[in-house]
Amino acid sequence: MMVNQFLVVAAALFALGVYGLIVRRNAVMVLLAVELMLTAVNINLVAFEAVIRSSQAVGQVFAIFVITVAAAEVGIGLAIILMIFRNRQSANVDDFSLMKF
Amino acid sequence: MSFQAWISEPVNWVYLAIGSAVLVSGVKVVTTQNVVRAALFLVATLGGTAGLFLMLSAEFVAWTLVLVYIGAVIVLFLFGTMITRAPMVRDTGLDNPKARPVAAVLSLLVFLTLSYTTLTAFGSTEIAQVGVPTDTRVLGEALLGRFVLPFEIVGFILLAALVGGITIARRDLNPKEEEERGSV
Repeated sequence: MMVNQFLVVAAALFALGVYGLIVRRNAVMVLLAVELMLTAVNINLVAFEAVIRSSQAVGQVFAIFVITVAAAEVGIGLAIILMIFRNRQSANVDDFSLMKF
Repeated sequence: MSFQAWISEPVNWVYLAIGSAVLVSGVKVVTTQNVVRAALFLVATLGGTAGLFLMLSAEFVAWTLVLVYIGAVIVLFLFGTMITRAPMVRDTGLDNPKARPVAAVLSLLVFLTLSYTTLTAFGSTEIAQVGVPTDTRVLGEALLGRFVLPFEIVGFILLAALVGGITIARRDLNPKEEEERGSV
């Protein structure tokens, strides 16, 4: 197994996340795209760890940190979407232009 | 390494199966017109990612991914879609069709840049010790030893996110309602 095969899958997942981030209108779908990008980062970290095999498994530790922060991000993001939906009856990011310059 | 030699290793067949499943379901996540289906395809993507982690001998991270993402985050997503009354059937308003060409070009550029960089940087670096598991004890000692400060900070972030999520999502009562309910 080469390390590149995993890195290419991660790059493709990241690119898919970028695509979804731009193309999606629904705020929940935007969050799903962000999750794809974070997963790609995790694959990279774990793949590098498998190459280096550091004595303290540093890559895996950081993958766990990324997973934790992603979970917190989803919780806060969905709470914000919920509140915006309650106030404006819409989950469409194009409608949230109040803070746009 | 030639393609013939690469494909002759059985572990790479597993990689091809899991990797293509991850990519196909990842494409469906960003293209499907159904919110619930997108969340379920994300489950397939993350399950495949956990499989890749197992191949990279990161057992603990793989099961953490399964527990935290497939167990909790996806439930949160489905909850969010149902509470925002997103239509469960096909919904053509989910995408911005005008943004599609720009997004396709940009994501293709991102993919080409990233894969070119990694391919040139790592060449044919092999993964040593395939199938040798990482000792979870090592992970635990790293988390509570060298990385104890980030570990505590992440714990604090989770607590702050929990409190913040509850504060943001709860319905605000006006002062009159609060009096009626007693002290809230």
